[in-house]
Amino acid sequence: MSSYNSALYPVEMEINSEVQTIRIRAADILLYTLRDKFGLTGSKSGCDNGDCGSCTILVNRQPMKSCLMLTIEADGKQITTIEGLMNSQVQNIFAQHQAFQCGYCTPGFIMNCEGLRNVHPIADEETIRVWLESNICRCTSYEEIHHAVKDIFTPK
Amino acid sequence: MIVARSLGNKEGVKIRQSIGKSIPRKETWEKVTGTTKYINDTSGEPGLLHAKIAISQHAHAKIKSIDSSDAMKIQGVKAIITGQNAPILTGSPLADRPPIAIDKVRYYGEPIALIVAEQEYIAEMAALQIKVEYELLPVVLSPSDALQKNAPLIHEHLAEYKRHEDVYPEPGTNIANRTKIRKGNMEEGWKNSDHTIEVEVTSPQSDHAAIEMRCCSAQVLPDGRVIIHSASQSPFVIRRAISQSFQIPLHKVIVHTPMVGGSFGGKSAIQMEFLAFLASRAVGGRAVNLVNSREVDMISSPVHIGLHAKIKLGCSLEGKMMAAEILHLYDGGAYSDRGAVMSRSGAVDCTGPYRIDNVHCDSLCMYTNKPYSTSFRGFGHPELTLAIERAMDLLATRVGMDPLEFRFFNAIGPGDTTPTQTLLDRSNLGDLPMCIAKLKTLIHWDELSLRETKGHLIKATGVCCFWKNSNTPTDAGAGAAILFNPDGSVNLLCGAVEIGQGTRTALTQLLAERLRMEERMINITMEVNTETDPYQWKTVASRSTFLVGNALLNAADDAIVQLKNIAAIVLQCSPEELDVGNGKVFIIDRPAVGIEIEKIAYGYKYPNGNTIGGQIIGRGSYAMRNLTLLDPETGEGNPGPEWTVGAQAVEVELNTREYTYKIIKAVTVIDAGKVINPQFARSQITGAMSMGLSFASREAFIFNDKGAILNPQFRTYKLIRYGEQPEYFVDFVETPHVEAPFGLRGIGEHGLIGMPAALANSLSIAAGVELNHLPLTPEMIWRTIYDSV
Amino acid sequence: MIPFDFEYYKPSSVHMAVELFQLLQNQGKKPVYYAGGTEIITWARTNSIQPGAVINLNSIPECSVMGIQKDKLVIGACVTLSALSEANPFPLLSQTAQGVADQTARNKITLGGNICGKIYYREAVLPLLLANSRMIIAGIHGIREVSIHQVFLQQLRLENGEFLVQTFTDQYYLSLPFVHYKKRQIGNVGYPLVTVAALKQDNQIHTAYSGVCSFPFRSIEIDQVLNSSSIPLAARIEQAISKLPGSIIHNTEGSAPYRKFVLKQTMADTIHILERR
Repeated sequence: MSSYNSALYPVEMEINSEVQTIRIRAADILLYTLRDKFGLTGSKSGCDNGDCGSCTILVNRQPMKSCLMLTIEADGKQITTIEGLMNSQVQNIFAQHQAFQCGYCTPGFIMNCEGLRNVHPIADEETIRVWLESNICRCTSYEEIHHAVKDIFTPK
Repeated sequence: MIVARSLGNKEGVKIRQSIGKSIPRKETWEKVTGTTKYINDTSGEPGLLHAKIAISQHAHAKIKSIDSSDAMKIQGVKAIITGQNAPILTGSPLADRPPIAIDKVRYYGEPIALIVAEQEYIAEMAALQIKVEYELLPVVLSPSDALQKNAPLIHEHLAEYKRHEDVYPEPGTNIANRTKIRKGNMEEGWKNSDHTIEVEVTSPQSDHAAIEMRCCSAQVLPDGRVIIHSASQSPFVIRRAISQSFQIPLHKVIVHTPMVGGSFGGKSAIQMEFLAFLASRAVGGRAVNLVNSREVDMISSPVHIGLHAKIKLGCSLEGKMMAAEILHLYDGGAYSDRGAVMSRSGAVDCTGPYRIDNVHCDSLCMYTNKPYSTSFRGFGHPELTLAIERAMDLLATRVGMDPLEFRFFNAIGPGDTTPTQTLLDRSNLGDLPMCIAKLKTLIHWDELSLRETKGHLIKATGVCCFWKNSNTPTDAGAGAAILFNPDGSVNLLCGAVEIGQGTRTALTQLLAERLRMEERMINITMEVNTETDPYQWKTVASRSTFLVGNALLNAADDAIVQLKNIAAIVLQCSPEELDVGNGKVFIIDRPAVGIEIEKIAYGYKYPNGNTIGGQIIGRGSYAMRNLTLLDPETGEGNPGPEWTVGAQAVEVELNTREYTYKIIKAVTVIDAGKVINPQFARSQITGAMSMGLSFASREAFIFNDKGAILNPQFRTYKLIRYGEQPEYFVDFVETPHVEAPFGLRGIGEHGLIGMPAALANSLSIAAGVELNHLPLTPEMIWRTIYDSV
Repeated sequence: MIPFDFEYYKPSSVHMAVELFQLLQNQGKKPVYYAGGTEIITWARTNSIQPGAVINLNSIPECSVMGIQKDKLVIGACVTLSALSEANPFPLLSQTAQGVADQTARNKITLGGNICGKIYYREAVLPLLLANSRMIIAGIHGIREVSIHQVFLQQLRLENGEFLVQTFTDQYYLSLPFVHYKKRQIGNVGYPLVTVAALKQDNQIHTAYSGVCSFPFRSIEIDQVLNSSSIPLAARIEQAISKLPGSIIHNTEGSAPYRKFVLKQTMADTIHILERR
């Protein structure tokens, strides 16, 4: 067994606008630190392999699969989880369109949409597709999600 | 003393309608803000121990020894449990499965040890250090191979297994269950058949792939109570299974089920719960959490069943169907679980929704050295429907009839009997001809050319029909309780699990309709607790709204009687003169006179303090009626309360250069009996269609020749993603099922059932070859064309 | 969740990184360089690799540059694929990068990580092979600049303790006519059956492939055959296929015969498009 060092490493990051410090294993994954150490369980584990997108958060305003990030990499970074959204139009529109069923993948979809809005407040269909195919929803047909994102990214 | 006052509504009480309205899910805001607590969202709690499963790397092997000494040395490891520590057999209807392998492993991914540790990663470290010495055995990787006379036996002691429901294993073979359908006279059937076709159709084992992995925690309290938290469709079955398997009084097992992150049948089996309990028991009852990794969830926990089907159909010159001979070999995997029942269900509805007087069907659940199968949305029907509907297309071509016309002509109807010889009427059978007629209009069938070529692109439309009964145990049932609050609101208690389908919201609509009150005045939690909630069999088979709904309406009627009785005293009239609505009990002839429910919810208090009555609590229950077991020789019997029927179509555009294709349209017309919430109904249907298209087009476990699964991740096991969705069309027919609340029929699974068939039919037309094997990947189409040249 | 522990270092200079590597290696810690880390995390969580130390290169300024320096496009190894596609200095590279994994993952996957990965496909290297890029490689003996063709032979042949710092590409190549095809079995996300990247230079088509063999490659022989315009296209393609540098992959994405079929189609498409440009 290769366990060379179980020393803990200090990490300071801004999570949902609050500066947090914590000591973690270098091998700790950000998703689990957020969930287990900070109680931010809105980000979900669906594959731990970067394939499904249900753990998507924003790192410096950009969507990131938190299962593919060591916690220690977040040192000095700005993290936003679904719990950090305030009066989010994306959430409102997902609610209006009932763009979810079991709701498990929903935070990941919403955070990805938030990230897309940061870069492209008005996005064309192709851009939306390219971004949203990072996330898997197993319950819906994506029809409801499609209606919701059209509503989010169409200029009013 | 004023006992009644004017309610200020001279026109009478406006009666609200809740049914048919698209109200949002009760838990909407929890879900879009990420505050919903799913099962594993409390795993960070201090003091909680963590378990991991070590799995078999072989598909069929004798276990010669297990060495866990290195694993035990790792700091933080609390206990290691092997099959020898838990010598029990579980599974229903046939108890054939040890929670942890004993003596031999029967599939790649089977649990061989369970490790409990202080941290999840330490448990995983230790799981990797479990060393097993195996003696390899020959593997059986297809149900057809399993049926061969000299096939290696997967279960040597089949005769000794305990049977919980009707199940007919055949010791000395790999047959876990056989259901026989013997209807009419086959000789006559074939004699009257001018056209016959034969076809073999296969669908592979695949995965449920709920995005939430299976997870369970267990704790044994000092007083002996066992507390289980599980993401499950079957909390009440967990209670019974843990109680029976470990000799614990039923009332001492308490199961909590929060909202479930998708399940699709895969979370109805009891699997993790046995392991979590064993883990907790091994560490003195401490709370232990067990969550699957995606890989373990895919290969170790139960999967979606496969099917090898052989169909022979015959019809007259005019196209009237005369005979059907069907062999179903369901690929049940290493253990039978619900695969045994699914194979029965595959016999019950083997002909599809068509009138055929002479039917011979053997439907077998076969053991193979693959992950074991449990319920998957559609319960054996997507597979059988693919088979029969491919055969229907072939036969229609043979007769020279339009495929939809052929189906319309043979559609089953009132007065006909099913393969189990159940007599059909307008209530127990939806209106299939009407579904077909609506489908035709919806897709402009008459103007549509079956096949349209544009350069190397070919557009084609395939159609199919489906039916499904629920195949529940004959005593499946549910209870419901409604508790009135002093603000006039009502708490609804029931055991239906919210798995995303919207049942718990839809149930509030049923109650709102019956009590004629606003849905927002009906409270329902999203958690089920077997200690405080009324019983429900399981949240499966699209039966929750039926079972709980009936219980709920009985509870509502019970409460209405109580409300009227107390209001009659207050209003000085007889209860018969009263009605309930809009939060009031009022006099039917003088609606303006009545009393608010909030004034009598906890009893009525006169101004002098004297109180009559007490809290209004309605109670109701319901169990399946008139169902019978099937005759083991003929299959005669009544398998369920009603058949939901429907017709479906898929339009594809095939690229004949590369055999890639786009799914352009997918269409479902279904007889829903009564649509309770149109938005939920559409979303259930389209969601199921999407799952069916994903399954049919790409999903399959890929095995090597030793039975190892090569694609246990979403990286290589592909699912439909955003952007691939076709245009969806959904329409409803409403033929009431008289026994059901407001006439509703099950619709949760049905959108999926015909999608593989409609896709296969459309692609077969487009490609000009018979595509009878899933998944319908471009490579499969290419290979079929290439092989046929 | 990674079921073992490792040490973690984040050096701020090339020099510190290589020294650390040597030090850790001498201590028997099996260090690995870490850029985006997506592959390291996915291998580590399944216990397929067990590095004892991780050296994160993201604080090294040279690894994060992207821009034109003296007629050359310089891209640091730690530039993410999404940043690369967004800035779009080399359209063929942008498109090829866009085919890797999915958009969110590309916010983490880096050019260097993709090229140096263990997974067969490593598609981002294809445009660099076609553009005869030069690789800037750091090791204990300093920094060396070397043609990609000298160091990328099936995989990036780094000496022990070396890492890729940057790639240099002549500006000339950035605007040449190109095509890029990524053919998957099904869907828009996932590993390729066949990926072809091609550039047209001086009326000659240059092609590079991923997903065909168990390594990405460019083959002079294949390009020669494909450019023999006197021979009918189908025959050229048959000949080209006979010159593949290895056996065709057979895996869960697709069988070898089907890959071959798709490869032929894709070669034909590539030539059709580029011959007209």
